[in-house]
Amino acid sequence: MNALASAAPAQGQGCAEAPVLRQRGQREVFCGLTGIIWLHRKIQDAFFLIVGSRTCAHLMQSAAGVMIFAEPRFATAIIEERDLAGMADANEELDRVVTQLLERRPDIRLLFLVGSCPSEVIKLDLSRAAERLNESFSPRTRILNYSGSGIETTFTQGEDACLAALVPELAPEAEDAAPSLLVIGALADVVEDQFRRLFNDLGIPVAFLPPRSSQELPAVGKATRYLMAQPFLGDTCKALDKRGAERLIAPFPLGAEGTTEWLRAAATAFGVDKERFEAVTVMGRERARRALTHYQERLAGKSIFFFPDSQLEIPLARFLSRELSMELAEVGTPYLHRQNMAAELALLPAGTALSEGQDVDKQLDRARAARPDLTVCGLGLANPLEAEGLRTKWAIELVFTPIQGYEQAGDLAELFARPLTRAERLEV
Amino acid sequence: MQLTVWTYEGPPHVGAMRIATAMEDVHYVLHAPQGDTYADLLFTMIERRDKRPPVTYTTFEARDLGADTAEIFKTAAREAYERFKPAAMLVGASCTAELIQDDPGGLAKALGLPLPVVPLELPSYQRKENWGASETFYHLVRALASPHAPAPGSERPAREPGRRPRCNLLGATALGFRHRDDVDEITRLLDRLGVDVAVTAPLGAHAADIARLGEADFNVVLYPEIAATAAKWLERTFRQPMTKTVPIGVGATIDFVKEVAELAGIDPQPVLAGATSRLPWYSRSVDSTYLTGKRVFIFGDATHALAAARIADKELGYKVVGLGTYSREFARDIRAAAEAYGVEPLITDDYLEVEAKVAELHPELVLGTQMERHIAKRLRVPCAVISAPVHVQDFPARYSPQMGFEGANVIFDAFVHPLMMGLEEHLLGMFRGDFEFHDEAHPSHLGHGAAPQEAPTQIKEAGTQTAEPAVVTPETSASAGAAVAPDIVWAAEAEQELKKIPFFVRGKARRNTERFAEERGLATITIETLYDAKAHFAR
Repeated sequence: MNALASAAPAQGQGCAEAPVLRQRGQREVFCGLTGIIWLHRKIQDAFFLIVGSRTCAHLMQSAAGVMIFAEPRFATAIIEERDLAGMADANEELDRVVTQLLERRPDIRLLFLVGSCPSEVIKLDLSRAAERLNESFSPRTRILNYSGSGIETTFTQGEDACLAALVPELAPEAEDAAPSLLVIGALADVVEDQFRRLFNDLGIPVAFLPPRSSQELPAVGKATRYLMAQPFLGDTCKALDKRGAERLIAPFPLGAEGTTEWLRAAATAFGVDKERFEAVTVMGRERARRALTHYQERLAGKSIFFFPDSQLEIPLARFLSRELSMELAEVGTPYLHRQNMAAELALLPAGTALSEGQDVDKQLDRARAARPDLTVCGLGLANPLEAEGLRTKWAIELVFTPIQGYEQAGDLAELFARPLTRAERLEV
Repeated sequence: MQLTVWTYEGPPHVGAMRIATAMEDVHYVLHAPQGDTYADLLFTMIERRDKRPPVTYTTFEARDLGADTAEIFKTAAREAYERFKPAAMLVGASCTAELIQDDPGGLAKALGLPLPVVPLELPSYQRKENWGASETFYHLVRALASPHAPAPGSERPAREPGRRPRCNLLGATALGFRHRDDVDEITRLLDRLGVDVAVTAPLGAHAADIARLGEADFNVVLYPEIAATAAKWLERTFRQPMTKTVPIGVGATIDFVKEVAELAGIDPQPVLAGATSRLPWYSRSVDSTYLTGKRVFIFGDATHALAAARIADKELGYKVVGLGTYSREFARDIRAAAEAYGVEPLITDDYLEVEAKVAELHPELVLGTQMERHIAKRLRVPCAVISAPVHVQDFPARYSPQMGFEGANVIFDAFVHPLMMGLEEHLLGMFRGDFEFHDEAHPSHLGHGAAPQEAPTQIKEAGTQTAEPAVVTPETSASAGAAVAPDIVWAAEAEQELKKIPFFVRGKARRNTERFAEERGLATITIETLYDAKAHFAR
């Protein structure tokens, strides 16, 4: 079925059918609003207006030290007591705030109204608000909505909701459009540029979602094949499927192997011949392999424990286990989408302990019992675990750092090696 | 709804967390959706705490809303008790849980847990973090101390002879601005006075310590935002007097010593005679002459803003040109102080309003929070941080209290070092065209950001005087927010001359000159107009 030799084992191997420990209880994770922290930098003419509480605003400024940006392209419309008195008032208030905002920032071409826990609970209908506001502000500013609420989304699912809201905005492609590739999921600009060059060299016409400007939204239709660059995009996939686009199944582009298989899925779908694929990817593969050898000694045989965070955990575990010979103590993920993760699960070593969801105190007990060499966790847990003598890696850094593709494979390994190197270096 | 870019305070339940986290054996069960756990990182990352805050979040989801969120709360509370075995439990709701009205207090009571359970009603859509902390501390004190209250109307027994007077030290919390070091400094100061500290709370206190608060002779309120409400209740219930002076600055510390001595019935003179702050001499030494009349804008929580204003005005010889707070609960105190300094009080929690005010006032120094630090950075005005909201840098490794005589030393350095040194300032004024030593360079003793502008740009600027158009549009960057008279134009050479004025007063000079020109019906501002206006407005 595949014209190109693939490193991936056949279905049914690895962890494809593995049991998963499902837990619910206290979850030490961010809500979907947090995705705004990178999305507002990625889409440069977009603004994100959270309709929520003071807690939402406080989260946004605390979560990632984002105050480095003098005036960010996000804000919160804080719901106050009087807004709770009646729906009509809340809608009028929202219109007033949006007007005030767009007067202040006339450069904004795309405004997202972002739902939060309180706006969902009081059933403030942001899709109707967006419709209403579009009548006043279109065409200068397009207004869309999605929910980043914690009662519905975990951390990176906020990006999924945002991109899914963008899909209906994509123009239909021409009837006779030639097949083209759409890469979905926000990537660092440098990574996006590298992938664009690789696809150009493979002769595959490519576009990215989200684009850097809302004026550059790609077209979509039956000739579109899409490839997930990020693992957390279930709803975006469904929305694209509805538009007739075809999903390409692949591991995620983390590490040399992941990147190669990810590119190969596209090459296969676009009929790129084996020689050309080899010629285009050989240099990158070789560089990634060389970069990784620096960290092999440091990481091989070391055990790692993932607390759930971004849904990147399974692809990262696959990379660390297969390319750096790390031992997987537990791989926790906030949400396991078996279909989107199928290619990854097949590559995980059989018997890997997988967990979905969280009951944080119980998971901490498991981590303490396992005494892993490295624990990947959120910022609320890292220092307390360090104080208990466990070395940790902040999960959020894996979302905010360019880690995908051949040229970043070494950087990705270094992120895991650094806490171990540091621990060894310190004599205090 | 309020459009908010940055916020000075978190929601009230974060205030409650600051109380619980400060204490040793109190656990907080918070009815909240997933995501509200972000608040943990305030403590573990900003304050670098080595333990998780003692908070259990119920983590309900959308699908639970139709089902039984109350049951989720009860399970969480029961399991938290079993796992952590606290001595007291706080229960409450975050903003979202408040909307679903599950009544955590009632649910917890129904569980019949064998420990004191204190229900918190913290209205998230009306109130904020400091209020939440104050309210939480008050309810906790009331719940744990009232069983030991004397009968109403009974007299407080006299202190037994031979025992040193004792007080409680109230208000220090987790995530407080320099609270850790303030507690040390004031404890030492009280010890020198001959006063023992019975209980420090909430920072470092056990539930059992709260129960015995009534045993002390009086209360020292370090941070009124947090502890005034509880101290007033203790005053009513245990007839314990409380201090009113917050000992930040030399003058306030002396007042505080006298106030404590009065309450304790002891002589303050030995301590006052040995007062060891270097601030008075440093301020009187001739090197500090250049500080005279420096225009300073102050914004923070009320306690720190009031203290900073007094120090700036009376102890450093600055001129207070703006004073404000985000603590609406203490607006009256700020208004009174602002009137005394002859400035408009700014009572707001809108960051953009504060920014506009700073731009308008053109201060030479900003004393503010981390938010004002950003404003000052953008407007290129030196800044020192005096108050929460806090940043990781506000938890320095070294000892750096704000309170007491050592605190005054720390503050002298903090309020003076961001400024340009005296002679450096003069040299800048004399040789304005120097490409490395230009007037927008940062003070040379502050390495950070002191890189010179690119030489070519500066040379070009100096060399293109004749090539510039006759009329230039006013610069907008440094003078953002300044009112510019619409019908008056600046001649190019007057605009050039204006640039020779230090940037931090340039906006003011521009406005004054324009006002001067407008009043005289002048259409064009020449060099002559500029200097006429300077003479006219000379202070």
